[in-house]
Amino acid sequence: MSSTTNHIPSLEAARIPVLEVGNLCVSYKGHGGIQKVVHNIAFDVHPGEVVAIVGESGSGKTTTAQAVIGLLAENGSVDSGFVKLNGTDISGWSQRQLDTIRGGKISLIPQDPVSSLNPVKTIGDQVGEILRIHRWGNQREIDARVLELLARVGLSQPELRAKQYPHELSGGMRQRVLIAIAVALQPALIIADEPTSALDVTVQKRILDLIDELRRENGTAVLLVTHDLGVAADRANRLIVMKDGRVQEQGPTEEILASPKSEYTRQLLADAPSLRGAQRLSRGGGVRHEEQGDAIVVENLIQDFSVRGGTQETFRAVDGVSFKVRRGSTHAIVGESGSGKTTTARSVVGFQKPTSGRIVVEGVDVTTLRGDALRQFRQTIQLVYQNPFGSLDPLQTVFQIIEEPLLNFERIPREERAQKVRRILERVGLPEAVLERKPRALSGGQRQRVAIARALILNPKVIILDEAVSALDVTVQAQILRLLDELQQALDLTYLFISHDLAVVRQIADTVSVLHNGRQVDVGTVEEVFRRPKSDYTRELIKAIPGQRGSAGSDISLSLLGASS
Amino acid sequence: MSKYMIGRIGQAAVVLWAAFTVSFVLLQALPGDAILIKFLNPELGLGPEQIADIRASYAADSPILTQYLHAVANFLSGNFGYSVQAGVPVSDVLIANLPPTVWLATLGFLLAVIVAVTLSVVSVLGPFSWLRSAMRSVPSLFVSTPVFWLGILLIQIFSFQLKLIPVINPGPWQALVLPVLTLAIPISAPLAQILMRNIDDVLTEPFIAVARAKGASRSWVLWKHVAKNAVLPTLTIAGILFGELLAGAVVTEAVFGLNGIGGVTQRAVGNQDIAVLQALVVFSAAAFVVINLVVDLLYPVFDPRLRHKGGALA
Amino acid sequence: MTGLNSTVRTEGPALQDLSSTLRRSDHALLHSALLRWRALRRVSAGLVLSWLVIATVILWAIFPAWFTSYSGTVGVARQQLRAPSAEHWLGTDALGRDLLARLIYGAGNSLSGALVAVAVGLVVGTALGLVAGSARGKVDSVIMRGVDVLLSIPQLLLSLSIVILLGFGTVNAAIAVGITSIASFARLARSEVVRVRASDYVEAAFGSGGTFSRVLLRHVLPNSLTSVVGLAALQFGAAILAISTLGFLGYGAPPPTPEWGLLIAEGRNYIARAWWLTTAPGVVLILVVLAANRISLSFGKIRL
Repeated sequence: MSSTTNHIPSLEAARIPVLEVGNLCVSYKGHGGIQKVVHNIAFDVHPGEVVAIVGESGSGKTTTAQAVIGLLAENGSVDSGFVKLNGTDISGWSQRQLDTIRGGKISLIPQDPVSSLNPVKTIGDQVGEILRIHRWGNQREIDARVLELLARVGLSQPELRAKQYPHELSGGMRQRVLIAIAVALQPALIIADEPTSALDVTVQKRILDLIDELRRENGTAVLLVTHDLGVAADRANRLIVMKDGRVQEQGPTEEILASPKSEYTRQLLADAPSLRGAQRLSRGGGVRHEEQGDAIVVENLIQDFSVRGGTQETFRAVDGVSFKVRRGSTHAIVGESGSGKTTTARSVVGFQKPTSGRIVVEGVDVTTLRGDALRQFRQTIQLVYQNPFGSLDPLQTVFQIIEEPLLNFERIPREERAQKVRRILERVGLPEAVLERKPRALSGGQRQRVAIARALILNPKVIILDEAVSALDVTVQAQILRLLDELQQALDLTYLFISHDLAVVRQIADTVSVLHNGRQVDVGTVEEVFRRPKSDYTRELIKAIPGQRGSAGSDISLSLLGASS
Repeated sequence: MSKYMIGRIGQAAVVLWAAFTVSFVLLQALPGDAILIKFLNPELGLGPEQIADIRASYAADSPILTQYLHAVANFLSGNFGYSVQAGVPVSDVLIANLPPTVWLATLGFLLAVIVAVTLSVVSVLGPFSWLRSAMRSVPSLFVSTPVFWLGILLIQIFSFQLKLIPVINPGPWQALVLPVLTLAIPISAPLAQILMRNIDDVLTEPFIAVARAKGASRSWVLWKHVAKNAVLPTLTIAGILFGELLAGAVVTEAVFGLNGIGGVTQRAVGNQDIAVLQALVVFSAAAFVVINLVVDLLYPVFDPRLRHKGGALA
Repeated sequence: MTGLNSTVRTEGPALQDLSSTLRRSDHALLHSALLRWRALRRVSAGLVLSWLVIATVILWAIFPAWFTSYSGTVGVARQQLRAPSAEHWLGTDALGRDLLARLIYGAGNSLSGALVAVAVGLVVGTALGLVAGSARGKVDSVIMRGVDVLLSIPQLLLSLSIVILLGFGTVNAAIAVGITSIASFARLARSEVVRVRASDYVEAAFGSGGTFSRVLLRHVLPNSLTSVVGLAALQFGAAILAISTLGFLGYGAPPPTPEWGLLIAEGRNYIARAWWLTTAPGVVLILVVLAANRISLSFGKIRL
């Protein structure tokens, strides 16, 4: 181990940053030439501090983190600048040298707990590995330490867990294991790369709390890489806002939140749903829809699935969900993974027959439809998918994609069709130039606009949005949400908005159902549910929304609703 | 025994039965009594009793369905019929020729594994990037090389140019060197391709980055994390490899003029020795089915994810 | 053989419908798109060379007389077993026939044989795979069990059995080789259909009122066929090899037809005296097969 990093007097340690990055430039070598992705980044992290790098996709935040720990992809290289760990420049170190500090001095909490553990090795083996690599004690000591670590990160029955394989643990439990690995040798710096982005919001809160706790206990500094401004605002002492490989702004969290200096940060703050407070997009509650009648009525919906492999065994994905959606309003279905929200949506569209219950959409009982009647019903209701990369046929042009629904029903002349496509394209805010392009040539936001255009072309009355903005960056998400709102007002559409993100729901929905393990635990107007949640689960969900540290009020639900109510 | 295992074994049995039926339809049923006429050829030296015996064993005078059932029953009881060309039971022909081929195939397979693993490891851990990329392109060259031509080339180089291995009366080991090499090289190609691809796939898994972040070196990662994950899926081509090994042995034996199953196959095709060919087809199908069955049943032993839910394998 | 493989793989990403999992896959997709774009941009030298090799051989097959003034079947007196020279670039064989001419005239046999083989495998195999993948259920399992049977018999034995049935000869050998490739085409086509059918865009097509046959034609077929075409190119190389193997063993084209495998078999008797007789046809074979394989790669990742 490097002796220089070991013997720094404790007094001095407070002044020497754990991590100091200066003038860092990183580029990737591709077949198309060299592409610079990080330009002249400089920042530092002091002992015990949490510094968050915030940015959207392509901002270079993950590359920066990888450069710090020396794990850039094979075609990546640090062109200039330095990375000082406790005062020692490690940017020119060989992999062999870096191996001595990785795990010991710097460690990593990765993004996706599900694929970040070796599936064919036991948990105990993988936690013990970091100790073995750094020759920490003998096998018995290692075994004991592993159990201690597993218990410390809050896993029950550590002896059992140590013998289990990753697939036997939930996502949250796996992330705890990865945290145990990261803190095993009490490093000076932990790099947490989107540590909770793959987790449900309630689990996210618990994991972030755990990281906080361990950080305080060991005096470890944390470099938190995240796309979620809310998470960063809650957890970090200082923020570094990145865009296109450059630092836009950095400083203490409170200062940046209160008075952002750069244009981009202001945009980001305005668009982040969790920091917007309760600002409902454009118009107020669903008052004007009162007399319009219901577009969707769902009564006591139950959906069972047969368990694969098993014979008669079934799994109840949705258990007695009921709600009504007024014409022209937005109803949100909120829940974490496995809550049954997507299943509910698919039943409403008619993609699957419910086990029991009634679904009426615009006066048509969906559950009885089959064959051509079901096909005709598609003109009434359309679905926009979560992932705009998977929902567009990669071989079709944008024109073909948007035009296709028209070909499925009564034929209209080619000219008229082309006109309709152009009109709808303009509606969703895309230039005509994209018509001849393939989806591959479009950005995520543009693709989602194409998907929305395809959904709109049949003039449906109801649109189901299944996590339709979840895969998008914050600023793009905000644009799409605004577009959806405009379209709703102009075309008098009814939305069923499926989401895991309460902050977004608060912003776009009039009424909301909260689902938990297939059951509807809360239903009502957004205001009612957020103000006076009936179930503990909803309360927990609301409490777990990131970005609340700034809003100092003790009554969380109140502050969430903001002054408007 | 779990329900899954019973199902899987049943499935294997069905495939085997179907393979038998296909080969019966392809080979036995069509020429009809023509085969039997060959047995009457006096050169074979079969007595009238033997011929009557053969006729009975084929149920030659009965309708096709009865013949088929007879054939099934005969096969199940270990009676595979008579070789037209050798005039002895097929089982005798196979048993006499099996040992040299098994030797050749085993050695060839072992060498192929060694070559494939070496290529794959060097392609990941090799010290220079030119060496790594050179290793990567070797399998595609090997896979494009005709086995028979490779054998001839090796004879040309080692026997005629370098005169390392005598053409006439080589020692028992010397005689095996070139055939084993000839067989191993084309077999190593798909093996190496699959290994390299699996290694590449595993290397992009996030758990590799986590292992590197623990401070593990490249070779630690390769041996402790990549190896098992990359080798496991390779097992699934074991059955196909067996087929290639057999085909390779047939051609290799033809090139080097060796005795063995390859020679038997070639003579059987040349002389339309249907019974021999059918026995070969059914046996190799059986071997294929058994190999795949064993791999499938063993898989959960190596992969913990499949242990508690056998159904996932189907 | 991908069956196991895929079950193992699908264990990976759990059922999280959360943004970051998606963002990750977005990255992956973006990455692969980027790679493809770059691949297109640089159109590697290897690929250009491969197309050149294939184009040359195709021209040999169609217009052999453009490339040589010698006959492919009739020898020249007193020119036996000449080593390569300015007059005979690749030398001559025991009957005084120019080897290059025989290679050039043999291209027609080898290529048309491979073409027939691929056509048989492609048409029958893909059709079976498409039916199995779109019908699912009982039809699917019956077809795929049949494919398992085809797979269970080693390719060489299967093609030999078929050759016995059909008789020796170029076309019959080609058909036999084609039948052995039905299984891989069927498996790939089926898995592609299943993959495409599970995609969001196919569901979206049904969701916008598409009928089964329209969606099949408009989305499932075009998207499934890309990798099938790639496999066809790969099988083209494999078929050339397999046909030449049958030719070498003496079950393909009868002499004096200048078939490549047969050329090597004939040259074998003169290894000690005329190395070129076996070496040159082998090199041509390898080049053509390598080129076909390289081209198949450009159709995207094929996983067998």
